[in-house]
Amino acid sequence: MRIVVLVKPVPDPASAGERLGPDGRLDRAAVPAVVNGNDEYVLEAALKLIEAAGEGEITLLSMAPTTAPETLRKALAMGATRAVHVTDPSLAGSDHVSTAKVLAAALGTLEYDMVFAGIVSSDGVGGVVPAAIAAHLGLPYLSYAAKIEPDMGNRSVRVRRISATGYDVLEAPLPVVIGGTQALGEPRYPSLKGIMAARNKEIVTKSLADLDVDTSGIGGAAATTAVLDSRLPPARAATEVVRGTPAEGAARIVDFLAERRLI
Amino acid sequence: MGALWVVAEPGAEGGLARISAEAATLARELGSASGRDVIGIVIAADPAPAAKELATYLPVVWAIREPAAGEHAWSAVAAGHIAALANGGEPPDVIFVGAGADGRDLAGAVSALTGLGVLVNAIAVSWTDAGPSVEMSVFGGRLLTTSGFTGGRGIITVRPNVTTATPAATSGKVEPRDSATKATLPAVSVVEQVSEAGAQAPIEEAKIIVAGGRGVGGPDGFGIVEQLAEQLNGAVGATRAAVDSGWIPYSQQIGQTGKIVKPDLYLALGISGAIQHKVGMRTSGAIVAVNRDADAPIAEFADLFVVGDLFEVGNALLEQLRARSG
Repeated sequence: MRIVVLVKPVPDPASAGERLGPDGRLDRAAVPAVVNGNDEYVLEAALKLIEAAGEGEITLLSMAPTTAPETLRKALAMGATRAVHVTDPSLAGSDHVSTAKVLAAALGTLEYDMVFAGIVSSDGVGGVVPAAIAAHLGLPYLSYAAKIEPDMGNRSVRVRRISATGYDVLEAPLPVVIGGTQALGEPRYPSLKGIMAARNKEIVTKSLADLDVDTSGIGGAAATTAVLDSRLPPARAATEVVRGTPAEGAARIVDFLAERRLI
Repeated sequence: MGALWVVAEPGAEGGLARISAEAATLARELGSASGRDVIGIVIAADPAPAAKELATYLPVVWAIREPAAGEHAWSAVAAGHIAALANGGEPPDVIFVGAGADGRDLAGAVSALTGLGVLVNAIAVSWTDAGPSVEMSVFGGRLLTTSGFTGGRGIITVRPNVTTATPAATSGKVEPRDSATKATLPAVSVVEQVSEAGAQAPIEEAKIIVAGGRGVGGPDGFGIVEQLAEQLNGAVGATRAAVDSGWIPYSQQIGQTGKIVKPDLYLALGISGAIQHKVGMRTSGAIVAVNRDADAPIAEFADLFVVGDLFEVGNALLEQLRARSG
């Protein structure tokens, strides 16, 4: 079983320090990068599938600045086999359109049964890139996965897709692209052994020239969208703190809601 | 000059999803502002019910009967049609969809098939000489941005609750329509649809959310959260800690790896307000928190912070709300 897991280094959301640069693009140097939260969940799902199957390999694929290997080592330490890092100066400022094209082209150089992607990234929060990659590759896209059950004998996979009222069970023949959620289960912490092993794992670097992609529509220069302006949201009013008996606290909440016509 | 399209996502029982009614209302206003036609598009095995409903918001609705939509995941089937129409003789200037699961899946696929860019999670859209101008709340609500399409055209995913769905003065007409080519993407079979007990309306659409965190203490503790949500006609939300503990399904999780919500009222019970949760709810209209820990981070950004035991205060609140409405 061969699984490619897409990994995006994102500014650590816990830092609350993400910011835009003067060009309106995300300033990726402002705060330390971490593996995107949802990517850790799909990587964990991939590791469990490989362990259950008793065979297979996981290739991480990342399109990211030159500093990405630092972040990729953390994902390798969880147990992935190797990583492919696509990096090129002209990719800075890439939008969803470019990113999907480049990752699809990079996937064209790899062999896989399934491609896993976190359903949304914590920095862009668009949630559109995995679907776009699947469309470029002409592969089935199974999204919002809460459970992934491949049947290698039949070359197919079933996915529980979270729906408004529960879940749908989707089925498609391999190979597929799957967008996964936190419902797949808590990611493991890398073991000391895993961290040691990750130091020697292969990270293959590829530039745009290594990929079969039309570079005219790629990168910051070809971006289809641009941030024109940004500003801080209006400051919230100071917090009103209420101490007292439960009945007093509740009474203040009732008044507060009534004042704002919320009840 | 291209039209503005609103692609209706599947709603409950073949009807119109609320997010699509909101997107239609928004697009209709932009149509007037920009002098552009606004067209609704419904793609379904039986498009009639949703198309009829969408026509109460928009002057023209294209109803595309697609048998495959009945047994397959909607987005890939619909994306084939939308891309075929968009690449045809009358390309739209903007395609609007909701910023939920189906809308995002559709936007990604249509973007790949058309080359159109995507502006995501719009909280407001206005019209300028350069095309649509899209407001977004980014970095967990710490920054507001205004963005545009470099080519003036593209796909916009719209957050729930950015406008109130308002029918037009007169209903529009429904036109059966076909797209020349379709099913350019492999279809994904839906082999089973499972409803889970206690399933609620999508939490992103709720005007009032009552949420519980670790302080609730266990699945039984969510009783007070649920009762208050019911009394306030709101939805139940939760932190990742509560979801990871298995007290409440993932569908109700708010925060970094869950949903981002902006209700009129966010009532937080036993929630400390850690950054991972805060990014999912900080732009809520009013934030009321009850927590025993007076130093909890949520004390810094709640509008009203009641220091106290969530069960004691919660039960007193429930009693007073019932007395008031009784």
